[in-house]
Formats: sequence, structure tokens, C-alpha cells
Amino acid sequence: MTEQLVPLAILFTSLAIAPFILMLPERAVGLRTGINLTAAVVKLALVVWLTYGVINGQTFAAQLTVLPGLDFILRIDALSVLFLALSALLWLLTTIYAIGYLEAGQHRSRFFGFFSLCVAATVGIAMSGNLFTFLIFFEVLTLATYPLVVHRGTADALRAGRIYLAYTLGGGIALTLGVVWLHTLTGAFVFTPQGVLGVLPETHAATLKVIFALLIAGVGVKAALVPFHTWLPVSMVAPAPVSALLHAVAVVKAGAFGIMRIVYDVYGVEATQSLNLALPLAAAAAATILYGSFRALTQDDLKSRLAFSTVSQVSYIALGVALISPVAATGGLVHLIHQGIMKITLFLCAGNFAEGYGIKKISQMNGLGKLMPVSMAFFTIAALGMIGVPPLAGFVSKWYLGAGALDAGQPWVILILLGSSALNAAYFLPILYRAWFLPVSDQTADPVRPIGWMLLAPPAATAMLVICAGIFANAPFSPLSWTHFIVSLEYQ
Amino acid sequence: MTSEFLGLDPKTVLLMGPLLAGTLCLLVPRISALVGLLGTITSVGGAVGLLAAVANDGPITTQLAGWTPPLGIALYADGLSVFMIAMTALIGAAVGLFSVGAWGMFATANDTATRLSGRTYFWPLWMMLLAGLNALYLTTDIFNLFVTLEIIGLTAVALTALAGSRTSLHAALRYLIMGLVGSLLILLGVDYLYSAFGRVDMSGLHVGEAPVPATIALLIVLAGLAIKAAVFPLHFWMPDAHSSATAPASAILSALVVKAALYMAMRLWLILAPDTQALPVLFGMMGAGAILFGSFQAFRTRRLKMLVAYSTVAQVGLITLVFATTGTIDAETAWRGAVYLMLAHAIAKAAMFLAAGRLIDELGHDRIAGLRRLPNSAKPAAFAFGIAAVSLIGLPPSAGFVGKWLLLEGMITGQIWVLVAVVMLSTVLSTAYMMRVVGRFLRREATPTDQSDASGYWRLGDGVAIGLALGALFLGLGSAQPLALIEIGMPMPAAALTETAVPELTDGADS
Repeated sequence: MTEQLVPLAILFTSLAIAPFILMLPERAVGLRTGINLTAAVVKLALVVWLTYGVINGQTFAAQLTVLPGLDFILRIDALSVLFLALSALLWLLTTIYAIGYLEAGQHRSRFFGFFSLCVAATVGIAMSGNLFTFLIFFEVLTLATYPLVVHRGTADALRAGRIYLAYTLGGGIALTLGVVWLHTLTGAFVFTPQGVLGVLPETHAATLKVIFALLIAGVGVKAALVPFHTWLPVSMVAPAPVSALLHAVAVVKAGAFGIMRIVYDVYGVEATQSLNLALPLAAAAAATILYGSFRALTQDDLKSRLAFSTVSQVSYIALGVALISPVAATGGLVHLIHQGIMKITLFLCAGNFAEGYGIKKISQMNGLGKLMPVSMAFFTIAALGMIGVPPLAGFVSKWYLGAGALDAGQPWVILILLGSSALNAAYFLPILYRAWFLPVSDQTADPVRPIGWMLLAPPAATAMLVICAGIFANAPFSPLSWTHFIVSLEYQ
Repeated sequence: MTSEFLGLDPKTVLLMGPLLAGTLCLLVPRISALVGLLGTITSVGGAVGLLAAVANDGPITTQLAGWTPPLGIALYADGLSVFMIAMTALIGAAVGLFSVGAWGMFATANDTATRLSGRTYFWPLWMMLLAGLNALYLTTDIFNLFVTLEIIGLTAVALTALAGSRTSLHAALRYLIMGLVGSLLILLGVDYLYSAFGRVDMSGLHVGEAPVPATIALLIVLAGLAIKAAVFPLHFWMPDAHSSATAPASAILSALVVKAALYMAMRLWLILAPDTQALPVLFGMMGAGAILFGSFQAFRTRRLKMLVAYSTVAQVGLITLVFATTGTIDAETAWRGAVYLMLAHAIAKAAMFLAAGRLIDELGHDRIAGLRRLPNSAKPAAFAFGIAAVSLIGLPPSAGFVGKWLLLEGMITGQIWVLVAVVMLSTVLSTAYMMRVVGRFLRREATPTDQSDASGYWRLGDGVAIGLALGALFLGLGSAQPLALIEIGMPMPAAALTETAVPELTDGADS
């Protein structure tokens, strides 16, 4: 019984409260905050419980037949847990942050309602047991995020929203076509380590290649693979907690997670390789890594620079998956978590800079380390992690990716990684230099508002995680150890 | 569960209930809303009874007065008819509640002329229309088909005119004339069929036995039905009629009346199974044309209800595409998808017209450009509109998504790539025009929102619209039972037909 109830409970802790919050009057601050935080804590507790269950070999699944031969399935496997843990933890932190951030904002009920819906869709994606269910939550995620992106309601925000929808719904259409097409070939299936295609690669090679392209293009839009990335930098007009969520947990991660599912649990490592699909995917990821880093260099707007950095960093995940090697896979998968905790720290701190001193541009950041030492310290930790400085989280990812590239016999990838790390340093270090070593410029000296604990505790927690995930990488429950466990299932 | 409902045969309840209620509404106008609502609820009961009976025992045939066809007239209910009857009852009940909310149940001290005329004339017309719809879904006789379509057509025209504005009277007149042209074509076609087969009961119109004139007769009947179903390019009477009617009437017209003609076209098509390749291609082109033209107009119009009405043109086109799958391997899946799309569109479009009606009530105008400053009292309706849009676009987990999935699956297996592309295009276009409205809801108000409690403004109509919209959204997850229902006795594309390929369309991938 609990086997069925736990996945449903995890979904409903955020799904069921969404309509309720949407209908709350604006002034019911206490009630709204209470519901939000309770749900987030309960969800996190459920995910912890479930993780223990999965370790002890319990299987969690719930299903509903939608059409004959087409089931709505929630099923937990090791890969689900990876993504679930990330979303449940970061949801709690982002919720705390958002409550503090939007203290006097408009439409807070609408915001938190769709925020919950967004997380419901994300955990739904994590728990989807087949492509059909995945597709449902993937599209719900698009719809739930749209009101968050346009939350400010300005002309810019609406324009960003239109671009966001055009890209993601376009991706959704490609994904739908791919999923239906694959369904006509394979019939119903659940995600299975090492794939579900059977003998199809021999009989339908050409069709499978087209379907793979459709599926990857579909999820690739959300993962911001070049050339489908344009929406991501544009969407940074959204409020800081939304950007954090978009970049670290919900949208781009859903795309990256989709790539994992398609390669590992639909096509399987073997078929991906035998159909010659791995190298093009790796090339696309490598191109995205370099392109994103180059574009980040020239952005003066802090959130834009972070956005292009996301474009680049998320493709590390795709790269790890595409380099058919267990070691590289470890690096890619663990980066799902590592990039999440690092990027959320950066965005939350960027939000604090904007709230505290109205600073949105890098050229205004001179001496910010003296004005906001705490936020700037967290920012620094995460930025160093992104560059890959040992012993922080980013270093672990890059180490495994590099070793994996050699393992896979693709030494060119080392050059990509080195180039990208150099570029990471080139766009992060000047920020740190300005903030810590240059004097405060006259215009920025007036604080806009004090930064309360609700805006400081979440980045503090994630910055701690950035350090711990690196130092304690080999501890039993670290992201890395869990990733080893997943990889051992995919490469048997 | 027995097939009896309070000791009555559900078919009798479905036919006589609305007729009696409608007559009583005319005789005692003071209580017409109450009687009409009771008639609607009775119809729901009849639908449930019939649904249970058909689900348990399979298709049911009733001989009237003991005469068997071809001499007598039979009532026939299979899964597809019950599906349509249940859909009609469900949406009828929702629209009925909405009407009570809009025009009141009884006369009150502050009654306006609109409320009075709405209450007095809507209910008898709706009851007659409901009787006509139920009769159409139960008929198995092509002459009765003509008669029931006449009842539906005339009451629908009157419902259009109920709004009383110049535009609506003008639109109703055009509707009337086009409806009559359609009826004449159907009558002509029915005569042709009678002369070809020598009988008017559908069970006698056998597949494969159709002599050449029967195909021509089918073409003529289909042309008549296409006018009534507003299939492009015969849709031109429809946007004015649907957009100028009152909200409950618009909901009924687009959700139910259009579907009745579409249903009949499907049924006749499947029974007569035209042995020609030109007709499927023709329908495919009409469907694609409808999607392009309807979407374009919806994207261009400045009026909210006009946008919703043109969206119906496009959506009917999407459903019409299924005719073009005739003769391909998996046409059966595509047909199931098309039938399900009818249900999805009916619920979502009813929700959308009701929501649009509530929006217009609160805003006092229906300009799309003026949708940005929503008073709190209009927000529930805006929410309903947004949810309905999700289903109409066909995004998961809505019923529209499941319908589109099946349609696509059939088309992909049949390798009709042109149609696959058209379906995908329809998703893009419908998103584009729906976002014109939904995007504006989220635009920041020039004046700060009043942060007061919105819950005090809820009206019954908002609840109905939201309920229908959420129903359409989550029905996708509960598709197994309705889809199993339409399998019961459904005249699926005949096996004989699957051998004749449709080369014009299957070659599309190479061109």
C-alpha cells in the first residue's frame, strides 16, 4: 500500500495545494506561508523516507490506465531519486527565499500557486515511469512556468513569456510526435535500464534515428541545447526565485533529465551507440558548452551572464550521458545535482544584490564584498565551484567527465573541458575581483532594503552543500555515491 | 443496474422528458426555469440509465409500435450514441445551471428585461433542442435523421436570435437560410439513398452493396451535414451566429449542435463506407483549410467571442481530418481519436463560451485589447478560460490531448505524413491565437490591483465554467472508460476498406 501511496503523496503535496493557494486572498500571508512551508517540508521528509526504501530494495509505483495499452505510471527508480532529492530540497529553500523576496509584491497567491504546480510537474517528471507520463508532466511544467516567467507583467516580461512559450511548446510538439511515433513501433513500455528497443535497431534503424532526433530536440529545448537555447537568457526577466528555480531545478533540469531517460531507459546505451546517435549528441553538447561560455563573457547584466553560464553548464550533463562510458556518465549525472546547488546559490545571491543595493549589472559591483559580505561570500563559493576549483562540487563533476572522455576514447573532450573551465574563470573571476578588491563606487552606496534571514539562509545552505558535495564526495549518501549506484545499473 | 429509470425505459425518458418539459415551459412561463432545469436533470438520469444498459448488455434496439424495419421505425442505441447522449446531458446540465445563474430561477423584484426574456424563451427552446438531439442520437432511420436535424436546426436558429441584438438577428437569419439549404441537400440525399436501397433504415444500407448512386447520395447528404457542422468552406454562417448569441446559447450551439451534424456525417460515412479515394482527400483538404483559415481569423479578430467561434472552425477542421484516414491500416485508432476530440472540444468549448460570457458581463465589452484590466470579479472567469484553452490546444493531461494522441497514432501508423504535419500545425496555430487572450490576463494593470478578497465576487456561472474546464483538463486521465464505451457496437471502418489504399495521401512523405 505505501508503495503506491508514497509517489502519489509526493506528487500531491504540491499539486493539491496549488489550486488552494491560487484561490487564497492576497492578504492571507500567514496561511499561505504556512501551507507552502508545511508542504515543502512534508515533501522533503517523504523523499528521504522513499530514498531509504529504495536503498532497501522496495519498489514504489502507482499506475492508472488512461487508454487501453497506455498507462499513467509513477515509478521510482534510482535515477528518479536523484532528481527528486534535488527538487524537494531546493524547493524548500527556494520557497523560503521567495516568501522573503516577495514580501510586498503583487499577485502572491497566483505566484505561489503556480510555483507549487511547477514543482508538482518537476517531481512528476522525476517519477514518470514511461514516456507518456513524462510527456504529460513535461508539458504541464511548461504551462505552470509561464505565469511565473511573466509574473511582473511588464512588456519585457510578456515578451520573454512569448519567446519562452514559443520555444518550449515547439519542443513539446516535437516531443509529442516522437513519443507517439515511438509508441506505434514499440507499443507500451516502462523505462528500463539498458533500453526497451529490443531488435528494432536492426529493422527500423532510420526511423529510430528520426525519432531520437525528435525526442532529443523536444527535451533539448528545455535543456537549452544550442540552437534551442535563446529562451533561457531572455527569461531572466523573471523574479529571482523563479530564475533560480528555472536554472537549477525545474525547467533546464527537466530537459537534462529527459536526455538521460531517453538515452538510458528508452534507447539504452547499446542502441544509442549502434545507431551512431551518441557522437552527434556529444558534439551538440560540446558546442553548447563552448558557445554558452563565450556568450557569458560579454554580458554585463549579471543575470544574463549567469543564464549563459547555465546554457553551458547544463550541457555537461548531456555530454556525460552522450560519451558512452560509465565514468563520464557518473560525471554527467552528478552534475545534475552539483550544477543545481551551485547555480541556485548564484541566482539567489544575484537576487540579494538586486534587492539590497539595486545592483543588476556587473559594472556596478565594485566593492560589493564590503557592502554585502555574506551574500558575496556565498556567491564566491558557488562561482569557484562552477570554475571547477577543488575541492568544490564542480571539480568532482569535471574530474569524472575528463576521466570519462579518456575512458570513452574521445580525448578531444578534454580540450572542450579545459577551454570551458578557462572561460568559466574568465567570466567569474572578474566579478569576484571587482567585488572584493575594488573600492565601492559612489552611486551604489545607498542600500535599498535590508536583507533578512529568509534571503540569506537559503543561499547559505546551498553554499554549504557546494562545499560538502565536494569534500565528502565519497560519503555514503553523497550525490556522487548515488550516481555510482545508478551508473552500475545502466552499464551492466 | 437495470435499464429502467424509475420504471421507465431510458430512451422514452430521453425523448419524452424534454418534450413534455418544453411544452410545460411554454404553457406556464413563470416556472419555465424550474421546469427546464428538471427536464435537463431528467435527461441526465435517462443518459445514465441508457449508459448502464448499453455498457452491460451491448447495443439496444427498440421497435416502435411493434413494426420492424424496413416498414417500422426503430430506436437504436450503441456505445457511440450513448457517448453522444451522455455528453449532451452533461453539458446541458452545466449550461442549465449557468442559465439559472445568469437569468435567475423565478421572477424577482429587480428583474431586468434581459433576465425575463432569457428565462422565458431560453428554456422551451433548449428543451426542444435537447429532444431533437437525443432523438438524432437514437435514430437509425435516415428519414428521421432529416426530421431531427430540422428540429435541431430551427431551435438553434431561435436560440441565436434570443440575444435580441441586430447582429444576432442578422446572424440568425443567415443561419436559418444556410440551415435550410443544408436540410434540402440532406432531404435530396436521403431520397437518393431511398431510391438506391429501397429502404430508409440504416441497418439496410449495407457496406459494399452500395450501387453508384449511393456514393453520390452520400456526397449530397455529407454536403448538407457539412453546412450544419460548419465545415470549411461551408462555415461562413457560423462565426457570426455563435459569437452574437447569449453565452448559454453559444455554448450549446458550438458544443452540441455542431457535433450533432458531425456525428451523423461520421456514422453515415462508416456505414456507407464510400468506395472512392477522392472523398477522403477532399475531406482532408477541407479539414486542413479549416485549420488554416479558422486559426488565421481567430488570430486577427478583435472580439473575444469571435475568436472563440473561429476556434470552433479550426477545431471542427481538426476532427474532419479523420475522414482522410479512411482506408489506411490504423484508421480505427484515428476514428476513436476523432470521436474523443468531439467530446473534448464540446466540454472545453462550452467552458470557454461560458467563461467568455462571464468576462463580458464583468467587463462590459468584448474587445480582446481591453482584457488587460481585469476587475477581481472577472478573475475566476479568466482562470476558466485559461484552463479551457489548455484542452483546446490539446496539451496534456487534457481530453484534447488524448484525442490528438489517438488521431496522431492512427495517422503515423498509416504513414499519412501530410496529415501528421497538419495536426502538429494546428497545435501551433491554436496556441498562437489562444495566447492572445491568456497572455493579456497576466499583463500588469496600469492601476494597482485592489488587493481585496476576490472570493466575494464568485457567481454560479464562474463555478460552472471552471468545473467544465477542469473536467476537460482531467478527463484525459480518465479516458479508458469513455473510449471503451464507444467500442460497443461501433461501426468501425470496415475491414474491406483497409485493402484499398489511399495513394494520394500516403505518398505525401516523399513529395
